[in-house]
Amino acid sequence: MSAEDLASESAEPAQAAVTVRDLQIEVADTRTAVVTDIAFEIAPGEVLGLVGESGSGKTTVGLALLGHARRGLVIAGGSVLLGGRDILALSDEQLRRLRGSVVSYVPQDPASSLNPALRVGLQLREVLEAHVGERDGGGAGRADHSARIAEIMREVALPDDPRFLRRYPHELSGGQQQRIGLAMAFANRPRLIVLDEPTTGLDVTTQAHVLSTVRELARLHDVAALYVSHDLAVVATLARRVAVMYAGRIVELATAEALFSSAGHPYTRRLIGAIPRLTGGRSLLGIPGHAASPGNRPPGCSFAPRCSMRIEQCEQEIPALRRVSADHMVRCIRAEEVLTQEQRRIGDPIDMPAAEDLAALRLDSVVASYGRLEVVHSVSFSLAAHECLALVGESGSGKTTIARAIAGLHRNWTGKITLGDVPLQASARRRDADTRRRIQYIFQNPYGSLNPRRTVGDIIEQPLRLFGTASGRDASRRVAEMLERVSLTASYAARYPDQLSGGERQRVAIARALVCDPAVLVCDEVTSALDVSVQAAIVELLGNLQRDLGLSMLFITHNLPLVRSIAQRVAVLHEGVIAEMGDAAQVLGTPGQPYTRQLISDTPSLETAIAEVGLGEPPVDAASAS
Amino acid sequence: MLARIRWGGVSGFVIRRLLLGLIVLIMVSIVVFAATQALPGDPARAILGRSATPQSLAALRLKLHLDQPVFTQYWTWLTGLLRGNLGTSLAAQEPVTTLLGPKLVNSSVLVAVSAIVSIPVSIAIGSWAALKREKIFDTVTSNLLLALAALPEFVVAVVLVLLLATTVFQVLPAISRIPPGSGPWNYPSALVLPVLTLVIAVAPYVARIMRASMVEVLESDYIEMARLKGLPERTVMIRHALPNALGPVFQVIALNLAYLAGGIVVVEYVFDYTGIGSGLQEAVLNHDLPVVQALAMLIAALYVVLNLLADVATIMVTPRLRTRL
Amino acid sequence: MIPAAGPDVAAAGIPLEAPPVRATSLLRRSIRLWRTRIGVLLVGLLVLLAIVGPFVAPYGPTTPVGAPNSLPGGKAVLGTDYLGQDVLSRVLYGGRSILIMALIATAAGLIVGVVIGLVAAYARNALDDVLMRVMDVIMAFPQIMLGLVAVAVIGPHAWVIVTAIALTTVPRIARIARGAALPVVERDFIASAEAMGVPRRRILFVELLPNTLGPLMVEASLRMTYSIGVIAALAYLGLSADPNGANWGTMIQQNQLVLAVQPWGAVAPIIAIALLTMGTGLIGDGIARTAAGIDRSRGAE
Repeated sequence: MSAEDLASESAEPAQAAVTVRDLQIEVADTRTAVVTDIAFEIAPGEVLGLVGESGSGKTTVGLALLGHARRGLVIAGGSVLLGGRDILALSDEQLRRLRGSVVSYVPQDPASSLNPALRVGLQLREVLEAHVGERDGGGAGRADHSARIAEIMREVALPDDPRFLRRYPHELSGGQQQRIGLAMAFANRPRLIVLDEPTTGLDVTTQAHVLSTVRELARLHDVAALYVSHDLAVVATLARRVAVMYAGRIVELATAEALFSSAGHPYTRRLIGAIPRLTGGRSLLGIPGHAASPGNRPPGCSFAPRCSMRIEQCEQEIPALRRVSADHMVRCIRAEEVLTQEQRRIGDPIDMPAAEDLAALRLDSVVASYGRLEVVHSVSFSLAAHECLALVGESGSGKTTIARAIAGLHRNWTGKITLGDVPLQASARRRDADTRRRIQYIFQNPYGSLNPRRTVGDIIEQPLRLFGTASGRDASRRVAEMLERVSLTASYAARYPDQLSGGERQRVAIARALVCDPAVLVCDEVTSALDVSVQAAIVELLGNLQRDLGLSMLFITHNLPLVRSIAQRVAVLHEGVIAEMGDAAQVLGTPGQPYTRQLISDTPSLETAIAEVGLGEPPVDAASAS
Repeated sequence: MLARIRWGGVSGFVIRRLLLGLIVLIMVSIVVFAATQALPGDPARAILGRSATPQSLAALRLKLHLDQPVFTQYWTWLTGLLRGNLGTSLAAQEPVTTLLGPKLVNSSVLVAVSAIVSIPVSIAIGSWAALKREKIFDTVTSNLLLALAALPEFVVAVVLVLLLATTVFQVLPAISRIPPGSGPWNYPSALVLPVLTLVIAVAPYVARIMRASMVEVLESDYIEMARLKGLPERTVMIRHALPNALGPVFQVIALNLAYLAGGIVVVEYVFDYTGIGSGLQEAVLNHDLPVVQALAMLIAALYVVLNLLADVATIMVTPRLRTRL
Repeated sequence: MIPAAGPDVAAAGIPLEAPPVRATSLLRRSIRLWRTRIGVLLVGLLVLLAIVGPFVAPYGPTTPVGAPNSLPGGKAVLGTDYLGQDVLSRVLYGGRSILIMALIATAAGLIVGVVIGLVAAYARNALDDVLMRVMDVIMAFPQIMLGLVAVAVIGPHAWVIVTAIALTTVPRIARIARGAALPVVERDFIASAEAMGVPRRRILFVELLPNTLGPLMVEASLRMTYSIGVIAALAYLGLSADPNGANWGTMIQQNQLVLAVQPWGAVAPIIAIALLTMGTGLIGDGIARTAAGIDRSRGAE
């Protein structure tokens, strides 16, 4: 990124709230670069989105704006100009005074960033007390602090009475905890706020509230904000400009509008293509391979190995971040071509076979409880053979409880669950082997669902051995077959789970579930822990397998747009009751129930993002043939 | 009365743990009693040996109530225990209470002084090592404490005697006998070596757990957040880190104090210190059942009380657990 | 048919992520640390001493070789003890019983303790409570006290001491096993096994146990250290199985009074015990550090 380019930025450097130049952060011991060549500016009152998948280095950049590097990392070069001063050149004490007062941080996980042993009121107050004298109109006393605290609580829509402040963090909900985080960050009216994925793990409704709060506060106090996220849709609703990071570098920097109408970098395009869309019904496209970690990055463009547009030159030198139009910078030597590329329709509409009449699985008036607390209140539905039914709802809606009851993992329920024509026992242990074989379950967390002490081959072979379906060489053959089926090679059988990435582990979990030819597959939030591009690939795999093998699939998720890419029917759960159920296109396109409508409107999807930036029909991804 | 007990909150917790502790003590008493008196075989013969005459055996059996059914024996013993009557020592022909009283005082002083010295020192060492982890202080103390922790206490004791009392230097007494009728506070120099031994026995564990706990806290998200809020380092350490780090430490402290209760058995023997530890050892050698039973119950009760205190202290420092009650 | 090189998966030419090195064996990795090596060296040396000692000792354990309490010189390399016996020979004879008893006691306690701990963690219900209460009762007695009382009641036989130590080891191991197993039990791969109906025994020992080995191995070496210490302490108090034979603990007690005159009678066995326990302690610490290092690199996910 050349100095001239930066100089011709729309905002004058003197006016920008923060200016970052040539930022480089390395691993302390090995001096391997984690992020390089980072440069951008944020004007007062502006929100800049920083988007990237896991491993892109976005959080590291965010923390660097406070002069902080996580343990094992060191800020090796560059400058971060805040109000004209380079904070990377400050002493520890000067830096300390800046943090929390001039620049603050809103962390990703509010539950773990609030001290569990201290009351929230104290944690809020100490931010004020530590920076007395540094704020505008310093020298405030205790009474002033109390007034300020009450004011800030109102701003984040939390009760401003002292009793609430006396609570401990664990007595607050996730949304409330995050609001406290926001309150702490805005308390001293900083000039810059770094928000690090602050809505991850929150319900869609809560997320919407938090986002609107952030928007309000930023506008109210003329604060510059860096919003770090992996979710492009969320970022687009909040930020005017977006920077996309890949493998430690910024690969594109443009307004959200420019990004969605016509992105300049192949990675950005693929990323947009992987985002599920509410009005979709098209298959999602993932990106082959995965990002290289620091130290393993190839010479030349880091994205080249996975890029369908790469040419020889791409592998030889790292492209510079260059301007392709006003307010649009791309790090790709073929950027102009990418920009003008036709928006071709890719991803065929999914041909969902008509569901048959026989019900593969049926629930009748199922009531499930935890201890004495009833969480599912008489739910009934049926899953037809060869059909995929999506079960959506927010946390606490009971969807996971239902899923686990079907699998025999949750035993505290009454009612009737029938598999084909066989009524199911509450506990898996009581069911006979054939029944257990016919219902298979895939878990959300790829890092916990595979035994770290057993090889992949062992793990997939286990059901074969257990149900006596195959043994010996026959079993090994089936394992190899299954691995190929989930797009892993047979060589994976000898590896251990911790040698695999999240997406690969989920594929192993899928292989394990399918190796014994089940009739019903229950997928419990199987992509929630994965990056967007990986999620796309897994959903595509599952969809194909379901159609090829004629499985009946129950797909549980909180991600509404995802439903369109995999399910024919959808059931919307709200607090233990089915609010609405029916054909997916219909329910999501023209929802009948108020809850469904509210859920859809709260969900940041590509459509809402597009609408927000004022564009029309969401463009479908324009990748070249691949 | 049961209805009026508050089952929630900290007081409810304490009451529940007390009841639990009581149950444990009752079970312990059964075990102690069964082990010493109700086992097959003849306690009387075990006490008097093979050369006992039938008359003396009979007399002893009568004295020990061995003719009565087992449960009555147990009940007599237990009720006596609760009333403060710990029985009569066979060897000394005195009530156990008069025999053990002064010894109990001596041992309590020893344990108390050891605790008062070791706890703050270990917490300080552990915290400092965590703060300066991987640097010189940490490496040196870690290895030193490791070596010391591995050594059995009597080895440490004898080595200390060797170093400071007999062979290398002769600054402290090798024997710490407290004459009857006076207390250890009159002989402070006699306390030094036994206390030092006990401190060395206990400090490494507490220091190590303090270090581990502190390191975990220092690497936690909320400490990072506290620093990102721009709080002064001292506030971060004392207000944010310490309360969270101390939680797990209390358990270990209690366990180690309870360990001391057993450790004094050996340490008192080494230094010939007049306490219940050496009292127990004598009683064992003399087959003095009532004394053995009484001491076993005392030590078990101490253990239960210490664990209860540790649990309560942990709850006080961990608000999250408080509201779950 | 979906091609083998699919989305998100490594195909030819695409670099496969190299994650943290997998620990195929915790022991193998911990041997790489200096402290573990020193520990193994010490333990090996002393075990050798204890086992082979009697065959290479210059004299028998009770053979008088000179005047009591004489300093090193002449026939006695380390001098003589309070009865005129050769200190060196007694040291060479004196380790066997301690080691063998400690080994058996620890092993027995380990096996029973692990089973109880795992069962309790997996059961998570009333069974868990009951088992842990029973463990609490046993733990209410300091190890050495139980040994004392047991010997007092039954007599100073080897099996009594071994059983007493084993018994007191069980709850301490059970507590660690349970503590290590509880977080594992919550993980989805256990739920997956349950959903498939894998028999309980298999879940406990094939799925659960291998994932708790780290803390267990550390605790096992700690227990070994303690067992040696307690057995030696019991001997020191005069409660060994063979009070007249050579035993490191007994030797220390016998020669303590003459420390000022002939320190070697007590110092030699002290060194032996010290080196042995420090060795086991180092091994345990080495394993603990390796396990912590692995956890930390794995936790970076």
